[in-house]
Parts: sequence; structure tokens; C-alpha cells
Amino acid sequence: MKTNYNEDIRLFKYRSTFFWYLALVIGCLILPLLLDEYLISQLTFICMYAVAAVGLMLLTGYTGQISIGHAAFFAIGSYASAILTTKGVPFILALPAAGILAGIVGVIIGRPILHLTGLYLAIATMGFAFIVDEILVRWESLTRGNMGFYVDPPSIGPFIIDTELRYYYLTLVVLILTLFAARNILRSPTGRAMIAIRDSEVAAEAMGINLAKFKTIAFAVSAFFAGIAGSLYAHKLFFINPESYTILLSIELLAMIIIGGLGSLHGAVFGAAFFIFLPQVIIMTKDYMPLYLQNQTGLEPALFGLLIVLVMLFEPMGIYGRWLKTKFYFEMFPLYKKDSFKREKKYQKAERH
Amino acid sequence: MAFFRTENISISFGGLKALNGVSFNVRKGEIFSVIGPNGAGKTTIFNCINRFYDLDEGAFVLEDRVISKIKPHEVAEMGIARTFQNIELFKNTTVLDNLILGRHRRRRSNVFTEIFFSPSVQKQELESREKAEEIIDFLDLEAYREQRVINLPYGVQKTVELGRALAMDPKLLLLDEPSSGLNVEETEDLSFWMSDIKEELDITILLVEHNMRFVQAVSDRVLALDFGQTIIQGSPADVLSHPEVMKAYLGEEDVVA
Repeated sequence: MKTNYNEDIRLFKYRSTFFWYLALVIGCLILPLLLDEYLISQLTFICMYAVAAVGLMLLTGYTGQISIGHAAFFAIGSYASAILTTKGVPFILALPAAGILAGIVGVIIGRPILHLTGLYLAIATMGFAFIVDEILVRWESLTRGNMGFYVDPPSIGPFIIDTELRYYYLTLVVLILTLFAARNILRSPTGRAMIAIRDSEVAAEAMGINLAKFKTIAFAVSAFFAGIAGSLYAHKLFFINPESYTILLSIELLAMIIIGGLGSLHGAVFGAAFFIFLPQVIIMTKDYMPLYLQNQTGLEPALFGLLIVLVMLFEPMGIYGRWLKTKFYFEMFPLYKKDSFKREKKYQKAERH
Repeated sequence: MAFFRTENISISFGGLKALNGVSFNVRKGEIFSVIGPNGAGKTTIFNCINRFYDLDEGAFVLEDRVISKIKPHEVAEMGIARTFQNIELFKNTTVLDNLILGRHRRRRSNVFTEIFFSPSVQKQELESREKAEEIIDFLDLEAYREQRVINLPYGVQKTVELGRALAMDPKLLLLDEPSSGLNVEETEDLSFWMSDIKEELDITILLVEHNMRFVQAVSDRVLALDFGQTIIQGSPADVLSHPEVMKAYLGEEDVVA
């Protein structure tokens, strides 16, 4: 039982929650010592995509605004960071600058289009992404167009981040900071206003929430995180060109948060992990499959696609929904009933409109 | 001078005159009810006050300030709170979060201080909770504090919506059919709360309602509308027994016979 309001605004509800997260962070720090370079680099990609997915989650999962143009913010972050570091700006400044530039573009773009809703907004953001893509190709004096752009490994002061392990730790730190920032926004008036807009625009307006303003804030914050992720991406790959930022990337980000579970930050991280790790797992299990399957061409993408379909069919709340149910099972053991979650489902079906 | 004035308002949708030259004054500290059959234009008045629709003619004046030209979100900042006929709660969040959302217009933080959850943001969060707890106390919502709104029964959702409006610390409270869908017991609770809101919290109430017994019990004055026009306004007893009002609700006598 809570005895004062301070307990209500803490980041971690219970002391035990804090220790579990601490254990998770320590696990993430130790894990790469057991893995080879390739797998460490995959972990790096998970952290990187998770940063962008958290950003998109704030916009789509919490504010209810769909974007299929986030590859553009990712690209803006990449190029801003690449250009700034080649001009001699230290990475430690170029990284936030990449995010801020993406955020500013987000405000400029978001303001006029955010009164659109649903798929109409999605298509408008897609149009914006096409424009950015075209600019990256054509503005050769700045971006070197289709020739691409070489990027140096980042350094913080004299410390050069040039190994897989070091880069993994960098992205992990950025991811943790991102999660902190997102959590803080969500437990403050801005975060609540975002959720309010998602659940009922009329009621939000009647509460005094300026729809245009808060949608734009959500868009800008979301673009900021996509920009940060883009910067990390550029310095990881050492080479960027406009082909890396197609609409496919935007849709992958959207798929990550839907598969992970809309409306939860866990979901953003789960979704990123699902997208990066599952293809690896499929390749690894390939050796144990019957021979005629092993030799089947296009097996990995087909299995990957099949698994996405299955997750959507059997767990519409995403991986986070499954996680909650599993946790509930252990908390309630042995009293867990299979029907515990049925009621909620029925309620949703009987909802008034 | 009247606290809230509605001056000769008209609005039409296509060829339909939803409101036609309606005027009334609400005095500070009273409960003023608007009644009328379905489609009479009652909820349209609220939607015009909230600026969801633009008036064709006329104006709303709150404490001598014309409020029929401001932006929709500024209506709340003027101190006007409302509930909706078909519950418009933020249904995927908890009761507590819904109530705290009522505090939105009182916030002092912005997204930059919130990212760091600075001490001033923390202080503000604590204050919001204190206010929300007052409302929870006032409306007996303790049992539902941490529950998601979507899982609550209809009557409780209506109460939460009333609470959310009260959390805004409004001067004027617009209630759109607060008793619809409530059982007898819940309706009784509601009339007690209404008089408490009026007397203890000193909030003026503008009420749209269908339940005549409820209107008679709580209202100080009543306005009857039909087809967007005023039939009569006055004391509850006078209005409810007026032949035109009876006719609007029950139809022509000979039709019944």
C-alpha cells in the first residue's frame, strides 16, 4: 500500500522492479563477453533500432499518429552526423546535433500535416520521405549523392570507439538514456496529453490540450530519436548512401513497434530484438532441419514472414502482451486460469461506438 | 451582470436550423438546465461553447469576455469544463491518469524539463496527485483508482468523467446528460454531488438532461428548447408544467387519443 504521493511518481514501482532492471543492465554489460564479434554487432543493431523504435512508439503507440516516413529522419540524422564529423565537429556533439536537426525538420514538416489522421497522415509522411530521399541524391555538393559518404569511427576525446565491443557499449548507453527520456516524458503532462490525443481528440481538446501543439511535439521528439539512431547507424557502417533509407526501413520500424506491442516501451525494444535476432535464429536452426528444407532457396525470408503472421494472429497485443501473460502466469502460479484474459477480449468486442 | 450569457445564437447544418436565436443567462452559482426532445439542439449548444462548431450568429460571454471566437483548447483555459453524452474518457489509461489529465491547464512544465523529470516537474506531479485524490475522495472512486477505464462499469465511467471535469477546477461546468444510463441509486448519488459541487466547490453548472425528475430535483432554472427555438424559461415547476413543453415531449393530445 502506498503511504505518500512520492511513491506514486517513482520510476520503478517496487524496489524489486529496480533490481530486475539492474540485473538486466548488468546482463547486457556481461553478455558480449560470451559472444563473438558478429553477434555483438547484431546486439548493436538491436540497440540502434530500438532507439528509433522508441521514438516511433511515442508517436504511433502513444499519440496514435502513424508515420511511414521515419526513414527520412533516420537519414537526416545519419547525414547530419556524417557531415558534421568530417567537418571536425566531435562525435559527442554531432550525435545530439543529428537528433536536434531531425527534430527541427520534424516540427517544420509535422505542423502542416498533423491535422490529417490515420492512413492519410501515413501517406503524407511517406511523401515527405520521398522528398528527403530525392534531396539526398541530388544535393551532391553536400551529400555526394549516390556515390555515398564515408564516415570515420567515432571518438570521444582521445578514446576511439573502433571495436565492435566498444560500439555496442556506446549504443547500449544511448538506448538506456533514450528509455529514461521516453519514460520521463510519459509520466509528465506532455506524455499524458499524447495518450489523451490517442484515446479521444474531442475530450483532449475540451481538457485544454492544444492538439496541433502536442501532436507536433510528439512528432519532433519522435524524429529526434530517429535522428539519434540514424547517427549511430552511420558511424557503425562507416559508409552511407541514400539507398539505405528507403520506405522499407520506415515500414520495418512500424512493424517493429506493432509486433513488439503498441503502447509500451518494452514493446519497442522487444520488436527491435525480434526483427534483428529472428533471422539469425532461423539461420542457426537451419542446420537441424531436414535436408530438403535446408536446400530450399528463400527459406529464411519465408520463415521470417510466416513468424510475423503467426505473432499477429495469436498475439495481437504483440510480444509485450505475451510477456505480460507469462509474468502473470508465474505470479499467479498455481492459480492461473487459462481464461484470465478472455474477459478483456470480450469487453473489447462489446465496446460501444 | 450575468455570469455566463448566451446571446441570440444561431447555427445551421445545411438547411437544418439546429439553433435559432436562442438567448439565456446563467447566474453565478446556480444550476441551469436545458431540456427538450431529441434533436432540439441541446448538445449543439455545448459543442458551440466548446468551439467544435462555429456559430452563424450570436455570441457566448463569460464574465464579460466574448468566448465564441477563441480556439477550442482555450475554452478550457477560460475555466469551462464539460462531460460528454457518450462518455469520452481516455479509456486505455487508469482512473488516476484521467483525473490528472484534468490538471493539464494548470501545468507549468514543458517537454524539455520533463525529459529530465526535474524537481519542479516532480513537485507539480505531486500537486496534481493531491488534487486527484481530493476528487477520488469526493466521488468515492477509491476502489477504482489504479484500474483501466475500459474495464469499468458504465456508471463508474460516468462518475470518472465528472471527476475529470472537476479536476480542472472550472468556473463553469457543462454536463451533457449526466444521468443517462445510470440506475436509480446512481442517479441519487449524482443529485447529491450536484448540490455539493454547487455549494461546496462553488461551481456554476449548465446541465442538459432528459430525466425530468432529476431536472426538477436539482435545477434552479430551466430552459426548454424545441427545434432549436426557446419555448420557455423559468423555474423548474413552471417550465415542466407548461403546455408547449408537454406537447413537445408527449405530442399532440389527439394523436395520443
